[in-house]
Amino acid sequence: MALFLAPLSFSAWDDINMTPGVNAIAQEIFGLHMTIFWICVVIGTLVLGFMVFLIIKYRKKEGVEPADFDDNPKLELTWTILFALILVGMAIPATSTMIKAYDDEEGDINILITGHQWKWQYEYMEDEVSFFSNLTTSLDARNNIAPKTETYLLEVDEPLVIPVNKRVRFLITANDVIHSWWVPDFAVKQDAIPGFINTAWTFVDEPGVYRGQCTELCGVYHGYMPIVVKAVSDSDYKDFIQGKRDLKAQQALLTEKLWETDELFAIGEEVYLKNCVACHQVNGAGIPPVFPALAGSEIVMNDKGRQVEILMEGVQGAAMQSYAEQLSEVEIAAVITYTRKAWGNDAGGDGEIVVPKEILDYKNNKL
Amino acid sequence: MSAVIEGHHDDHHHHGPAKGISRWLFTTNHKDIGSLYLWFSFIMLFIGGAMAMVIRAELFEPGSQIVSPEFYNQMVTNHGLIMVFGVIMPAFVGFANWLVPMQIGAPDMALPRLNNLSFWILPAAFGVLIATFFMEGGAPNFGWTFYAPLSTEYAPPTVTYFIFAVHIMGASSIMGSINVITTILNMRAPGMTLMKMPLFVWTWLITAYLLIAVMPVLAGAVTMMLMDIHFGTSFFKAGGGGDPVLFQHVFWFFGHPEVYIMILPAFGIVSHIIETFSRKPIFGYESMVYAIASIALLSFVVWAHHMFTVGMPIAGELFFMYSTMLIAIPTGVKVFNWLSTMFKGSLTFETPMLFAIAFVALFTIGGLSGIMLAIAPADFQYHDTYFVVAHFHYVLVPGALFSIIAGVYYWLPKWTGYMYDEFMGKTHFWLSFVSVNLTFFPMHFVGLAGMPRRIPDYAMQFADYNMIVSVGAFLFGLSQLLFLYVVLKAIFYGKKATGQVWEGAKGLEWTLDSPPAYHTFETPPNLESGEAKA
Repeated sequence: MALFLAPLSFSAWDDINMTPGVNAIAQEIFGLHMTIFWICVVIGTLVLGFMVFLIIKYRKKEGVEPADFDDNPKLELTWTILFALILVGMAIPATSTMIKAYDDEEGDINILITGHQWKWQYEYMEDEVSFFSNLTTSLDARNNIAPKTETYLLEVDEPLVIPVNKRVRFLITANDVIHSWWVPDFAVKQDAIPGFINTAWTFVDEPGVYRGQCTELCGVYHGYMPIVVKAVSDSDYKDFIQGKRDLKAQQALLTEKLWETDELFAIGEEVYLKNCVACHQVNGAGIPPVFPALAGSEIVMNDKGRQVEILMEGVQGAAMQSYAEQLSEVEIAAVITYTRKAWGNDAGGDGEIVVPKEILDYKNNKL
Repeated sequence: MSAVIEGHHDDHHHHGPAKGISRWLFTTNHKDIGSLYLWFSFIMLFIGGAMAMVIRAELFEPGSQIVSPEFYNQMVTNHGLIMVFGVIMPAFVGFANWLVPMQIGAPDMALPRLNNLSFWILPAAFGVLIATFFMEGGAPNFGWTFYAPLSTEYAPPTVTYFIFAVHIMGASSIMGSINVITTILNMRAPGMTLMKMPLFVWTWLITAYLLIAVMPVLAGAVTMMLMDIHFGTSFFKAGGGGDPVLFQHVFWFFGHPEVYIMILPAFGIVSHIIETFSRKPIFGYESMVYAIASIALLSFVVWAHHMFTVGMPIAGELFFMYSTMLIAIPTGVKVFNWLSTMFKGSLTFETPMLFAIAFVALFTIGGLSGIMLAIAPADFQYHDTYFVVAHFHYVLVPGALFSIIAGVYYWLPKWTGYMYDEFMGKTHFWLSFVSVNLTFFPMHFVGLAGMPRRIPDYAMQFADYNMIVSVGAFLFGLSQLLFLYVVLKAIFYGKKATGQVWEGAKGLEWTLDSPPAYHTFETPPNLESGEAKA
């Protein structure tokens, strides 16, 4: 095997092996992996080597009779015990690493991670900051029209930001189907399961950007929900949290503003391209029957109330989720306005727009 | 071995096969049904294989290539379902039908009409499954493991047809297993005690018990899905107080024994072939039998090693890690026994032997990566990556599938009465051997480097290896067309085969003519005076 793979040395070692990781537990798991790997390589080489020897040495020859023994209980018992000993030798370090990895004490910072089809939501429990993290790789790049960058499919609009030298605990769950949150550099892979909260943790020494992907098949865009974690210094982290809080306050103010249709339409188009095209497509045609068309839809053209409700509550039993927390009031109003104006819907329907205040009122009436 | 020759008993109401299509539709003959199973599995191999080709074409380069992510998921799902339930399992049932009666000296299977039914509902099941491609919403797209709630609340409407198809497949397997068990336990020739049975018969006896134990569990899982989808229950719905993880426990309680259902008969086939071409009795017959039995028993207590990342308590993680590692012991015993059978033998390397040796070598690689995956903390990094894809393809393709190919080459002259073209067979072997490794070996590396499984597009650092994998896969796919050619050529233009066929072959089936009469062993051979251990 090694022979025919030799010409492939164009790939660096990192590209063909597990990452050593950036925290103690990941490094320990990497060490365990390499130990077991080399034991397996030695066993494999001995077995395959012995096989090659047998193939060469005992090929049929004139005048050589085959032996006729058919067992050797002592020998059989010996190798059975030998296998057991090798396995015990593997189990001991594996158990000790397992115990270290399974540590669910509270962290200095606790982050609730929720998997949605097909994005991650991060909620800083102590600071009451929450945001969604979406893939930013353009459709053009995915369709081979635009060039692909080094971070193709591994880039997001809002990375998870964590401080270095702090114990960060992740509480992981899901909103719809099962996802799995994996960052190889942290050796954290934990299934995100609706109705369950799993825990995992990390402690990073070095600032840096660490990338991962969803690793449990979660529907059509499973391959398009990456994870990006930015580890920053403590002061940068504080600035980040403050920035998020300020943004929230600003957005609340925006609902008071008087909005022009064109303004909403422009914001709405942006929101639509980021959040809606995966299912409803750029031209609003959807992929029926799973993802309904918005262009020419009766609700989108003539039933503003129901459309607001769908955006705010989601649709039970379908992929359509609630956007009440994912998008600001302005964004929701804008995207509804956009869909009511685009693709000839304004000509076919009542053409009414939705302003942010209406979304705010919807929220307040619910309370 | 006593000479047991099948004579023609003219006083018996001897009749040959019926003519035309009714021969195949209404047949209760184990040889005909065996052929039906094998041809069915052969056809499904090309359908499932074509789906694999679509997958590899899509993954040839980064970026969207030939299909949408939605269709890609349908390909991944149906490739898995068809290969598991439509290729490997029916092929082994085909072997069982042909060989179990001939190896134990029985005239036919114990329950011939049930046998006919268990075959003919299979094409119906796969007809239903494949028909979903042409329905609204498309075929199942949630992976062959169909985890809830993706396969329930979020599934396409065709999931109901999928559930129906799985039920039919399960019924077929259960009926087939009852037949195998009844035949083996009641219809052995006088003198053939259990511990004198050929190893293939042993592996199938144990496999049949596994099937009877776990197929109802699978039926239970899909029935709960059906209830959740249509009747408002909440077995797997978190919103209704149900438990999505329960699905995985139930599925893998079926799924892990299922893995061994797909490999135990392979052990039997390979044991016979290595013995024949080593011209030496199988080494450690008894430990082989005990190893098969212990693998089967252990398969019931390891299921959650597929679920190390669902958030089990640490005691669960450790238990399933240890129990899984234990399986390496009986498996290692088998590999060493095969090597010891070759030791001091007189080896020749006809096509069946080449495939059997490749089986032992490459199955060992799959077994070793299995040990790595058993190490729970390391599995946090391996789980659901291409490392897992590499592992299970090593045990299923150069494992189960190679054993099936080896078995076809080995018994084809017996079944048809014609030899295959040895040069073409060897060409088929070398092409398959090189391309299977080219396909699956690099998957270990992309997996370790971090490529998740079941994704239609991937990051740039995985590009080089994926291209190699795709080239290997295309080559492997094409090589199997050569296999079809070799089989057809043997049937239509092959040289006449002798009854013995292989110099070193032992066992009752080789005492029959090639091809055997339509009904064989109507009077059982008497083995009481001699040895009939395979």
